[in-house]
Amino acid sequence: MEKLTKRSVQIDRSPMTIGERVYLPSILKGLGITLGHIFKKTATVSYPEQKRPFSPVFRGLHILNRDEEGKERCTACGLCALACPAEAITMEAAERKAGEEHLYREEKYAAKYEINMLRCIFCGYCEEACPKDAIYLSETVMPASFNRKNFIYKKEDLLIPDPKKQG
Amino acid sequence: MSEPTPKFKVTVDNITVEVAPGTTILNAARMIGGDVTPPAMCYYSKLPESGGKCRTCLVEVSKGSEKDPRPMPKLVPSCRTTVMDGMEVKNITSEKVLDARKGIVEMLLINHPLDCPVCDQAGECDLQNLSYEHGTEKTRYEFPRRTFEKEDIGPYIQLHMTRCILCYRCVFTADQLTQKREHGVLERGDHAAISTLLSKSLDNEFIGNVIDVCPVGALTDKTFRFKNRVWFTKPVDAHCSCTKCSGKARLWMRGDEVYRVTARKNEWNEVEDWICNECRFEKKSAKDWVVEGPSKIKRSSVIAQGHYENTVKTPVLIDKVLGKSPKLLMNIHDVSDVNRPEIELSKIEGPAHSNDFKTGK
Repeated sequence: MEKLTKRSVQIDRSPMTIGERVYLPSILKGLGITLGHIFKKTATVSYPEQKRPFSPVFRGLHILNRDEEGKERCTACGLCALACPAEAITMEAAERKAGEEHLYREEKYAAKYEINMLRCIFCGYCEEACPKDAIYLSETVMPASFNRKNFIYKKEDLLIPDPKKQG
Repeated sequence: MSEPTPKFKVTVDNITVEVAPGTTILNAARMIGGDVTPPAMCYYSKLPESGGKCRTCLVEVSKGSEKDPRPMPKLVPSCRTTVMDGMEVKNITSEKVLDARKGIVEMLLINHPLDCPVCDQAGECDLQNLSYEHGTEKTRYEFPRRTFEKEDIGPYIQLHMTRCILCYRCVFTADQLTQKREHGVLERGDHAAISTLLSKSLDNEFIGNVIDVCPVGALTDKTFRFKNRVWFTKPVDAHCSCTKCSGKARLWMRGDEVYRVTARKNEWNEVEDWICNECRFEKKSAKDWVVEGPSKIKRSSVIAQGHYENTVKTPVLIDKVLGKSPKLLMNIHDVSDVNRPEIELSKIEGPAHSNDFKTGK
């Protein structure tokens, strides 16, 4: 019969020779392979001490950005919430009052901003939709938690620290 | 009057329609409808004398009429040009028109700020739609844009002159409503500004309609300012028994809260019936209105996002299968700071401020 593929191998069903029946040569051959791996480069890293670099397209935990002067960039335009396929983002906007110019970049800002990380699928559409460069997906893996409440990220959790206050 | 009025045959983009003499090309094209209708930023069918200012409705007349088949030498504004018998008009089939329109949009956008993320009109803005369809992606303008201070016209209307494209629609509306002119265009050229002299507030029972006629976000509703984005609110048609106006309005709701009341608009984004200020600004409660049903919104509009027509709700069977309702692991309203029941945004007079949110937890 014609072979279907080139990869198929005819199984040899002839009785084993004495050398094969002793097993020792096969065992030694196997141990040799194991021994050889000791001198090869390891495929794993010792995690907490060593960390692998993230891929440049990695999408992790969100951050809300500030500008160079420490003003919040988000104007609560709602485009991230509109783009979000999981409907994880909600916000409420407010008008900037006189005297709050050092806090917010535009006359309108997000008074409340929330991302429900239980719903978020880390697709990065919010980052793509943002016209103000305000939201970014950082190179941080989302921390695990035993409590569902801890997955509702408020604005305070998402905002990056003020660069001026850090000094 | 027994003899029938002669009808004029006019062809717009190879589609022939018969219209009464004296009809403008734009209105003839609107009778056909669809893509062949030229866009209009300043023309408003409810406002006599409007039109002829923005130049977005320019069309090419490739055949003047049956008697004089010469083409018109220049592109003509379709809102101001009346049809002739046998006229042939090219709109989207003409390279020249599309190129001119691209230029017009660029000119309109020269001084228009790029503050759509802040502007309340975003999502229902004529200029946004126009530039999306006909404009270029990038601006070539490098100089500082014309800016104005924002101004309050009366207690309910906010004027952002920076965003104005000087279409004069609001001026015609105010002229139609009142005998004496209170609001108009001051200065000339680059300094031209819609305003009231000496910041006099406009008090007329119907003055709120200038918000609806404004094609951009220059005149906006202060009671809705920054409350929500239009596409997150749900438009429903409703009516009330109002002694001053027809009472037919459109409510923009979120849950049971009425965020905004506007007049109903037709497919050309024009108001069907004017509504009075009381209906527009005062009746911000669902019990003031009789809801007729969800408004028809074009599928292509961003306002239609998340709104589905004729949805079939599948029955929830988990209670029956389990014999009890499933355990709720977390109620989002206990945790979330957004949509707190103690902060009713729709009831706050103007835009919300930082102190309005202090009462929350």
